[in-house]
Formats: sequence, structure tokens, C-alpha cells
Amino acid sequence: MTEISRRAAMSGAAAIMAAPRFASAQANARLLRFIPQSNLASIDPVWSTAVIVRNHGLMVYDLLYGLGADYQVRPQMAEGHVITDDGLTWTITLRPGLRFHDGEPVRGRDCVASIRRWSKRDVLGQRLDALADEIVAPDDRTIRIRLKRPWPGLAWALGKPSANICAIMPERVAQTDPFTQITDATGSGPFRFRQDLFRPGDVAVYERFADYRPREERVDFLAGGKRVNFDRVEWKIMPDPATAGAALQNNEADWWETPLPDLLPLLRRNREIEIGVVNPAGNLGVLRFNFLHPPFNDPAVRRALLPAINQRDFMNAAIGTDPALSVVPAGVFTPGTPLANDAGLEVLSGPRNLEAARAALRATGYTNQRVTLLSATDLPVLQNLSEVAADLLRRVGFNVDFPGMDWGTHIQRRTNRNGVEQGGWSAFCTTWEGLDVSVPGSHQPLRGHGSAAWAGWPTMPRLEELREEWFTAPDAAAARRIAEEIQRVALQEVPFIPLGLVRPPQAWRRSITDVVRGGSALFWGVRRA
Amino acid sequence: MWAYIVRRVLATIPVMAVVALFVFSLLYLAPGDPAAVIAGDQATPDDVERIRASLGLDRPYLVRFGAWVWDILHGDLGTSIFTNLPVSHMIAQRIEPTLSLMVVTLILAVSIAVPMGVVAAWKQGTSIDRAVMAFAVLGFSVPVFVVGYLLAFVFALELDWLPVQGYTPFREGFIPWMENLILPAVALGGVYIALIARITRATMLEVLSQDYIRTARAKGAGQRSILFLHALKNAAVPIVTIIGIGIALLIGGAVVTESVFAIPGLGRLTVDAILRRDYPVIQGVVLLFSFVYVLVNLLIDLLYTLFDPRIRY
Repeated sequence: MTEISRRAAMSGAAAIMAAPRFASAQANARLLRFIPQSNLASIDPVWSTAVIVRNHGLMVYDLLYGLGADYQVRPQMAEGHVITDDGLTWTITLRPGLRFHDGEPVRGRDCVASIRRWSKRDVLGQRLDALADEIVAPDDRTIRIRLKRPWPGLAWALGKPSANICAIMPERVAQTDPFTQITDATGSGPFRFRQDLFRPGDVAVYERFADYRPREERVDFLAGGKRVNFDRVEWKIMPDPATAGAALQNNEADWWETPLPDLLPLLRRNREIEIGVVNPAGNLGVLRFNFLHPPFNDPAVRRALLPAINQRDFMNAAIGTDPALSVVPAGVFTPGTPLANDAGLEVLSGPRNLEAARAALRATGYTNQRVTLLSATDLPVLQNLSEVAADLLRRVGFNVDFPGMDWGTHIQRRTNRNGVEQGGWSAFCTTWEGLDVSVPGSHQPLRGHGSAAWAGWPTMPRLEELREEWFTAPDAAAARRIAEEIQRVALQEVPFIPLGLVRPPQAWRRSITDVVRGGSALFWGVRRA
Repeated sequence: MWAYIVRRVLATIPVMAVVALFVFSLLYLAPGDPAAVIAGDQATPDDVERIRASLGLDRPYLVRFGAWVWDILHGDLGTSIFTNLPVSHMIAQRIEPTLSLMVVTLILAVSIAVPMGVVAAWKQGTSIDRAVMAFAVLGFSVPVFVVGYLLAFVFALELDWLPVQGYTPFREGFIPWMENLILPAVALGGVYIALIARITRATMLEVLSQDYIRTARAKGAGQRSILFLHALKNAAVPIVTIIGIGIALLIGGAVVTESVFAIPGLGRLTVDAILRRDYPVIQGVVLLFSFVYVLVNLLIDLLYTLFDPRIRY
């Protein structure tokens, strides 16, 4: 009988105990643990405008077109398209072999139903809704859109990366009322959403969709081949930034989407952690005015502020003094994108002059009306921008009321069109996704269609005309000329004041590599080193 | 006794009705609008109005309250405005972590605080007594989140003994379950330990000065027997009362602790729902907490009879 020594027994026991750890390590190699910017509450990227829901949508759903890192749109699900000579009819052909997560093929009528639902909610979709004479699927691989007027930017609209995205869903799902949430998360994107494991406020689990057929091209933001290198991606919701930072340092998470600027020095000291700007288009800081009530119903009062605005002050408060994390000067279009220009920008980029602003305000006959500046104390970037704005307004000579409130109260109060005495407001600071405000079509702060416009409700017919001209601009040069004119007019009308471009960094462990740059966190291309 | 229990359980019905009315009215009057939150930063007022109408938030107060109460009477707590999931399902998903955290904290706190209080009373005026009281003051004074961060820094980041965050369900093993609960339970238990230790000490001091304790000593009873058999049992009623009252502290503390340690429990569900104005979830969770609290009070009342046979219902 073979004797088993005590040492051998102990070695065996150790091996048995270690076995699950090895298995766990192998499993972890194919698992990406991600801390998103906020809680994923909804799973419908057409119903919700939340950025986190859009990010979820980009994993689960594919788009007909996708934006490259150069901000040019390219076919994604589409193989290509043909436009008739009059520019009125688009015939889009789908790539062969596209499948939904339930195994069904993606057909033209799925895309038509998806486009129709999206067209009721999104700002560019609504334009398509108004312009379209017909959206049909002549066969399983073809979509035909007939327009009343030419719209060269239709592909951009269908592939727009910002909320609401034109997510392609199965026809049965896309027939859901646009103002009602979908309950079925079947998409055709590179990841399958595990609805059975979804715990809102805690975890969202995505698994690689084995039947996804990426384009035979290199990874290029939302265009190109979406090749997935992880079997599973887990979004772990951590509302507390200190906890999220500790989890990243302790190797309990691989990637944190929105590290608090205050924690960046701490994270930088950790050799295992890399910090980088994934989204160069960032978020444009905006000081928005209420056009309905004094004092900001007077364009001279709005203009009076311009000489005193120091975008660098706003950016330092919002994201810190690291120049890589913000861009100034910023005009009305996202710096670094094709339509960004410096037409009329000297009012913001020239020497700052507080005295000139005070004199300009006195010249308007401002009678010390109360200015209510809304803030959101639970959103640090917005709160910091608001603090700087409140201080500046006071120094210029405004009678400032600066009530603190949470985001839920702030966003409700913003819908109040009454004067400040009746619970209304005068101004607020916010940020817009850089990709949204990179073109006039989706640039809500530039809209000037009165009561239907974004909060502030400006009426600016000239800006509306220019927006329409941009939609039909024949080429990039023409589009740029229009953008320059829009900026000149905007800096005269001042529906908002751009405060600079915030470029929030992301943090990930060095064991993660090839993070895709261009916009939000994407989960194709990225892999474990 | 049974008649008493039935009476007390039936008495919870009007209490819950008042809570329901109070919670609903408070949310109705509170600023904020879920439709505006759903519509998002970029929405126009028309978008917000359409969403408000689609959610039924434009209906009058009484109609909404009536519909909610009707649903509750049919066992339906409603559906989350944001996640579109039944509130009962969301509560069911979150109840285990909170329950685990509270049970572990309760066991930890009682098993530390009661002996601490007893020893402090026994050694009244000594350095041990002063140390216990100093700990109690510290436990009351330092906020839960500060203790939480310190514990995470030392035991997770520096020593790498325990995880920083998260929760592992009990079915995946006792040790992983416990690993995730130790730090939160210690952080949450600090104030609870302080409270129970102080009350235990004060009550024990009073009991230890009674004649029957002197008699026990005169009869030659040992110190341990005097403290734990004669004194503690007679001091138990106020201690049990404070343990019960402390459950409310635990519920409140769990909200912070769950956020600091990223535990997906009812506390975080409540905070998330409040921030988003997810009315059905807030109402459901508050009703649940109220019900639990009423039941805990009933349980405490019943325990009195166990410790003090003179009490009869």
C-alpha cells in the first residue's frame, strides 16, 4: 500500500484549494469589469436621452451607419446606399448575414420600424419624420426612404452617436409606442444584454454575441469592425466616487468611466492605473439664459457679460488645472470637430475686461432685477461651473439668487416658464455632449424656435434659417461657411455662452489595452494586455 | 397572548394607512418631476409634458392616490417609472443584501456592546469604564461614511485582507458572503454599539445598586453569576428596547453604508429612487420599512414577557 506523506497531502490540499482560483483567473481574463458614469435605469435608447442608456444601446444595438474617429459617417449595418440624382430617394442595402440576438435575421422591415420609432423621439429623427414621404422595405435587405426635399445629412442622422440613437430592433419590439419603454432588449449589436441578470442600480451584464459579424475593417470608433475580445462585460454601478476609485486600485474593477477630478492625483500615483481622455469631443460647458423674462430677455444684457467671461476660470473649476482635460477658447461648436471655427470668437478669446462688462450692463439700464441662477449640487461639474458663474454675475453687478438644489429639482424647475417671482429662473449652467453640439442639426442650444426650443425658449429666426441651410449644404466647404455665420449670429444673439470644452478623463488598469477613442466608452477593440 | 398578537397585527393596518397617505402626499408636494428627469437635460417642455401624460402624472392627486391604494390592496406595489420593472421585483432583488447587513451588524453589535456595557458598569470609575465610554462617544460622533472609508483604506487597500465593495449572495458560500459584510457591518455597527453599550452600562449600574444584588453577594454568589444571571436579566428590558429602537438607526445607516460599500441593497435603491423621483419605488420601500419597524416593535413587546414574567398582555 502506498503511503501518503504529510507533505504530499498538504501539497494536494493546497492544489485543490488553489484550483478554483486558477479557474477564476482564466474566467477573469475574459471578463471586463467596468464602472459606468451612472446608474443604468432604462434599457431603451430611443425612449431615454440619458447618456448611460445611449452607451448601453451602443453595446446591444447596431446602427445603419457609424461615425469614425474623424467624425465622418460610414456604413455600419448598411453595405452602402444609392441616392437618386434629385437627392430625394435613398436606397440603403443591408450587409448580408446580420442577425438579431434571438437568431432571427435582420430584415429591411425591422429597420423601417426602428427608424419610424426613432423618428418620433430624436431631434434629427423628427426632421426625417417631417421630410419623409415614404420609408419602406422593398425586400429583406433593402430600405427605401423617399424625401420631400434633399437631405445630404441623412446618413449622419441615422448614425448619430448621441442620444437618441437610431437603434435597430426587431420589428416586434420597434412597434412599441415611442413614448413607452421597450421590455425586450433583443438587438443585433456585438453584445447580448442579459436581462435575467440585470439589477438596476447594481449590475448590468453583457455577453459577447457569437453570431455578430463585424465589418472587415479596422476598429474606428462607431464605424469599422466591432471586434469583441471579452466574453463578458459587467457594468458595476458604484455611486460613490471614493469607492469606485478604491475598487479600481484594489483590482476589483478594470475600468472607471468618470473618475472624480479630485481623485486623479491619487490614481496617477498608482503604477497599475492609466488615465486618458477617451472622448476628445468631451462636453461643452454652457451658460444658458431665459429669453422670456428680464433681465436676460434683452440681448444687450446677455452681450454685456461676454467681456467678463474667462473660459479658463470655468474649466479650472469644472475639471481642474490640467490643460489636457479642457479646451479654451471654445466657440459654439465643439473644438476640434470639423465645424469648429473662430468667426466672431474674439469676444471670448480676447483680453478679459470686467470693467467693460460692468459698463455695458449699466448702459442697458438694468434695474437690479433678481437673477435666479439654478445649480445642481449633486453634479460636481455643473455645480462648479455654476459657482463660477454666480460669482461672475455678482461681480458684473447682477442681483444674484443662487439656490442650491438637486438635479431632480433643477431639471423640473427649468420647465417653469414663469418669472423668478413665480418659481421660474434666469440662467443655469450645464454641459452638452461634444458630439451633439458639433453640428447645427443636433445643436439644441442654438435652436431659436421659441416655445418649442430648449429651456430658455429663444426666438431667433436667423439661426433657424441658417440651420435649414446647413441641412442642405452641398459640400463640406459650404457647411463650414454656414457654421461660421451661425457662430457670428449666436455671439450677437447670445442664446448661451460657451464656457469651454470639458474633456473628462477615464481611468483603467494597465492590464487593459487598445481602448477605443472617439466618444463614450466602447467595448470592442479593447482587450486584456 | 395570542389575542394580543392578533390585536397588534391588526393595529398595523391603520398605521400603514397613515404612512401611505403621508408618503404619497409628501412626494406629491416635494419638488422634482420624474418626467423631467426621464426627458433629460436636452428635452423641450413639450417632450416633458408628453412623458408626464404617458406616465399618468398629469392626473389629479386623489385619482393617483386612489389608484395606488387600490393596487396595493391587490398586492401590487406598482411599476418603477424608470426601469419599468415591478417594485416588488426590485425590492425582492435588494432585500437579501440589506437583511444580511442588518443581521450581521445586529449580531456583531449586541455581542460586543452588551459585554462592554456590563464590564463598564462592573468596573465603574476605572480606566476600563472610561475607555468604554470614550469609545461610545467616538461611536456616536464619527459619521458612518468616515468610518467606512477608513476601514476600506486600511483593511482593503493597505492590507488587502477584504474587498472594498460589493456583495456576494449567501448561496455562493459563507466566507465570500462574510468577506463582503465585515467592513460594512463594523462601520454601521459603531453607532449601534455605542448606543447599546451606554444603555447597558446605565441600566446595569442601577440594577447593581439594588438590594437583591447585595443579598446575592451576601449569599456568596460569584461575580459572573451576579452580573449575568441576576443583574443582566433584570436589566434586559431597557436593553432590548434600545436594540429595537436602534433598528431604525440601522435602516437609516444602511442607506449610507450601502452607498459607501456599493452594496446593492434597499438603502441604495431608496436613494436612487429619491434622486430620480421614482415615486412608486420610494412609496414601496418606505411602506416596507415602516412595516418592518412596526413588526420589530411588536417583537420587542413580546420579548418583554420573556425577560420579565411580571409583564402580561
